[in-house]
Amino acid sequence: MKNVLCAVAGAASLLISAPSIAQTTLTVATVNNSDMIRMQGLTSEFTAKNPDITVKWVTLEENVLRQRVTTDIATKGGQFDVLTIGTYEVPIWAKKSWLVPLDKLGADYDVGDLLPKIKDAVSVDGKLYAAPFYGESSMVMYRTDLFDKAGLKMPESPTWDFVVDAAKKLTDKAGGVYGICLRGKAGWGENMAFLTAMSNSFGARWFDEKWEPQFNSPEWKKTLTTYVDLMKQAGPPGASSNGFNENLALFSAGKCAMWIDATVAASMVTNPKDSKVADKVGFALAPNTGLGKNANWLWAWSLAIPAGSKKVDAAEKFIAWATSKDYTKLVASKEGWSNVPPGTRTSLYKNPDYLKVAPFAKLTLASIDAADPNKPTVKPVPYVGVQYAAIPEFQGIGTQVGQQFSAALSGSTSVDAALSAAQSATEREMKRAGYIK
Amino acid sequence: MARMVTTRNKVISTAAAWLAGFLIFFPILWMVLASFKTELEAFAIPPSFLFFHWTTENYVTVQERSDYLHHALNSIIIAGGSTLIAMLIAIPAAWSMAFSPTKRTKDVLLWMLSTKMMPPVGVLVPIYLIFRTVGLLDTRSGLIFILCLGNLPIVIWMLFTYFKEIPKDILEAARMDGATIGRELIYVLTPMAVPGLASTLLLNLILAWNEAFWTLNLSTLEAAPLTVFIASYSSPEGLFWAKLSAASTLAIAPILVLGWFSQRQLVRGLTFGAVK
Repeated sequence: MKNVLCAVAGAASLLISAPSIAQTTLTVATVNNSDMIRMQGLTSEFTAKNPDITVKWVTLEENVLRQRVTTDIATKGGQFDVLTIGTYEVPIWAKKSWLVPLDKLGADYDVGDLLPKIKDAVSVDGKLYAAPFYGESSMVMYRTDLFDKAGLKMPESPTWDFVVDAAKKLTDKAGGVYGICLRGKAGWGENMAFLTAMSNSFGARWFDEKWEPQFNSPEWKKTLTTYVDLMKQAGPPGASSNGFNENLALFSAGKCAMWIDATVAASMVTNPKDSKVADKVGFALAPNTGLGKNANWLWAWSLAIPAGSKKVDAAEKFIAWATSKDYTKLVASKEGWSNVPPGTRTSLYKNPDYLKVAPFAKLTLASIDAADPNKPTVKPVPYVGVQYAAIPEFQGIGTQVGQQFSAALSGSTSVDAALSAAQSATEREMKRAGYIK
Repeated sequence: MARMVTTRNKVISTAAAWLAGFLIFFPILWMVLASFKTELEAFAIPPSFLFFHWTTENYVTVQERSDYLHHALNSIIIAGGSTLIAMLIAIPAAWSMAFSPTKRTKDVLLWMLSTKMMPPVGVLVPIYLIFRTVGLLDTRSGLIFILCLGNLPIVIWMLFTYFKEIPKDILEAARMDGATIGRELIYVLTPMAVPGLASTLLLNLILAWNEAFWTLNLSTLEAAPLTVFIASYSSPEGLFWAKLSAASTLAIAPILVLGWFSQRQLVRGLTFGAVK
């Protein structure tokens, strides 16, 4: 009780003695990822340099954040000054004039240092509408010990034939080790992120140049058949409910020989505190079929300013700080180079201190370079985005199709039935939205 | 012989009740256990029930990262405020419909219930615009208002059914004995209605406490209750079950304790009128 009273008295005295300079309070909406939490913890470094700015944080679950922020921005509610959004939202929202272009990031910001693919993904017509906080692609993470034991050697850029073959050879169901772990949980950002990227490598595409859905194409059939057969033979049980986190737990516990997922996972599976296989992980590019596209995606959690904010200057100052080279150095000095936000700046991948602690850096950079949101597929497409099509309707359609494909994985429907249901659902939605007649 | 069968039956029914109780309570117990595990252990398959490395680090992290008391206080004010206002409006409404019904009473009741049939997201944008215009976004009074509106139909329906159960003959008898309206209310009606009122109040409080759609969408910082506190611990890229469990345990603790202490009223109210 005494402690509580002391705390209350302390808080009251702090309030009374607060300085009386005009304060700008920034409200930052973000997701609960470790890099964002770290930024939250380091906010005091920013406010120490900018005593007239106070930063308040709203951390929400990804889908809640998306809904919350979309409502606020569409109604010009003005509840947030800085938003954490992904590469999917940036082009759509920028075209609706919902975002403020970031042209006052400062002379020393060095926009030219941003990785070109990531910069493209958050720019519209050459203007930056969001500043990338951390970027990711996807790649193969594999167990070097299991590969050695089986006499297999992972090429730097494997083909799907090699991956399928290796997964079958490495599966030891009795020993609780599965050849491959892949996303199966339905959702446009869950299984469809993986499957869309995979389909790109098989030459498939979501829509043709006239926005006609393409799930009835032989390329999609080959993609889904390969995926379902592979997971049935070499995947863990209950894979249709596995997303990023479930697979992270499985891989970290030593239950997967291979896992194809976000490059940010690399620092988690190589961290001895959280992973039982930390010193036995190798990396390779996401697989291909020789058509010139690898099955890897591109994503960047980025900071943007909603058009409704009345504190644009302060918000831009904050964004410039949080995505600067100096911020990277700050994190490195406080928490070590392995904890700096990856995938946004060229200079980071030339930094010997970082390269020393990040064995995955080279492949992360190569994966990001190998993804092209403006030309994601073998055949031409009318949309931007590697593992999604950047149109507002995609969230709904992607999740519907994801449910069909998840059902095909769990065995409750066949590959053909899932593809035909995906085709008719997508056709219906695209007609309703006026893309096709 | 008959006694033996009775004893055996008693043992069986007691065991069955305990088992049912345990099964219903299990998810909460599991959450509490997970909150004392490390992230890897919380995700481990097969899961360990009691034999794991117990740690309180999740609670420490949650305390460091979020202002629990601020959120809890908001939850208490919002849930309590909306419940009290809903009761103040619902008691006279249900009372008049139960004791002096008209031809249209049933229609009115059904119309009120029909408002609950619409998914709330359908009116999110209009409500958001109204709230923005009148400056109610991220305010406790705004959330009290919307939760009160949302729960009113259920509160009125519950109270209406309780009041309906009170035999009118008793009131008439009291009047025959010369009781005034005041005496009738205090000495005859109130004692009979208290269990119903108490259980409605508690249920409404629980509904308002757990309400997650409006509280998440209409609050940002100042008015954010415990639902927002919990939502901040789910992570798209990283293990979070243990920390989320710790946050959830903290969030449900007050209402769990309240429910525990008032379970007699709750059970009495919910079974009121079940046996005639």
